[in-house]
Amino acid sequence: MKSLVAVYRREILSYLTTPLAYVFVAVFLIAVGTFTFQVGGFFQQGRADLAAFFAFHPWLFIVFMPAIAMRLWSDEARSGAIELLLTLPAPTWSLVLGKFLAAWSVAGAALVLTFPLWITVNYLGSPDNAAIFVGYGASFLMAGAYIAIGAALSALTSTQVVAFVLAVLVCFVATAAGLPLVLDFLKGAIGGGMAEGIGSLSILHHFDAAQRGVIELRSLVYFLSLIALALAGSMLAVDARRGG
Amino acid sequence: MLLQVEGLRKSFGRRVAVDDVTFSIDVGEVVGFLGPNGAGKTTTMRMIAGYLEPDEGTAKIFNIDVAQDRRRAQERVGYLPEGAPLYGEMTPWTFLRFIAETRGMTTDSARHAVIRAAHDTQLGEAIGRPIETLSKGYRRRVGLAAALVHDPMLLILDEPTDGLDPNQRQSVRDLIRRLGAERGVILSTHSLEEVEAVCTRAIVINKGKMVADAKPADLVAEHGDLDAAFRTLTGGEEGL
Repeated sequence: MKSLVAVYRREILSYLTTPLAYVFVAVFLIAVGTFTFQVGGFFQQGRADLAAFFAFHPWLFIVFMPAIAMRLWSDEARSGAIELLLTLPAPTWSLVLGKFLAAWSVAGAALVLTFPLWITVNYLGSPDNAAIFVGYGASFLMAGAYIAIGAALSALTSTQVVAFVLAVLVCFVATAAGLPLVLDFLKGAIGGGMAEGIGSLSILHHFDAAQRGVIELRSLVYFLSLIALALAGSMLAVDARRGG
Repeated sequence: MLLQVEGLRKSFGRRVAVDDVTFSIDVGEVVGFLGPNGAGKTTTMRMIAGYLEPDEGTAKIFNIDVAQDRRRAQERVGYLPEGAPLYGEMTPWTFLRFIAETRGMTTDSARHAVIRAAHDTQLGEAIGRPIETLSKGYRRRVGLAAALVHDPMLLILDEPTDGLDPNQRQSVRDLIRRLGAERGVILSTHSLEEVEAVCTRAIVINKGKMVADAKPADLVAEHGDLDAAFRTLTGGEEGL
């Protein structure tokens, strides 16, 4: 537990002392704003809710979450510091979890900093704040899933860019499988049942329900399992280094 | 016995990096690993430090098998990896605190341990500056302090003086000699004068195999000087 806290603190410190976290948060906020107002037509819809805001989260996260996760392990491997880390008597899970939680916290901070939007809708009308809260919760969970996937792929390579590209690819596939366009294509190719099954395993499917203000237990379990699975993948990849 | 290594073996693909290495170390010994590049020195050290798992054989620290009970063994080892990788954006103070706390120390004992290790390695004012702004000599000291922070009985130092200027080298050697008096130390080096200056024993490794395990003075007596011993034992320079 002490090693988890130490790793978490080091990672947070590293995000804060390098420009990465600031650039990430700034660009994320600009992108969120642009999509919500320009593409999503926040004002044109004339509704006091954040649907236009949440709808773009999966697509923004596909790029942004791999960007904060890419350095977690690949950077250690490149600098050789992984040797230092793995010769400390700390359990692998504490290293994996500490790094993951640090990156997830940065994502959480970026989400919290979108609060002016929430103030705006409350100023303009009287939105269902409980639904907005659920939407934020689902968005945060989804961010965790993307980061866990990014971290696992980061553990497989010593090049940050490779980790990033792989993570964007995997995250995109895991998300886009829920698009009607893709589902229709899959129905033609492999039959309705299979296509429905794949669609219901997609990140988009589970986020869509939640962004309307209802989080189902299924979706909660889905995101948490996805995170757990990806973290287990990280652990395997890190431990595999010991085998040479 | 502080460290017992028996029949250690490791291959990467079809290349055998370490082949049947057996030796042991007692408190007060400073053992120098000698050998050409790629001889298997680093791989051997990595297996003892618990970074790599051996294919065959065992390394036991105070009778604790590194492969079987890795974390308990690692608690007793301080390791300086080759090139002393560090986190450049941290200061030695935050970095050493991180190492101590990841090793499981409480905040308070970590603080005391870091102050002691920084004192032992004479970090001085450098302790508050970002590591990436420090000279190579100071960075090496930070790496040594990280290996020392938990006061281990066994120190494994992979090329601790590589890339340092003569003054820096001298101060690191003095430090190793001081540390070695009440611990066990394994260090790898390319410098034969270093072996004569700090080591009580020399182990020569060539192509993964141990070819000599003797006091530096005995090697000198047998071959004339250490240079000649090194060349004879490792087969000299292969054709360019």
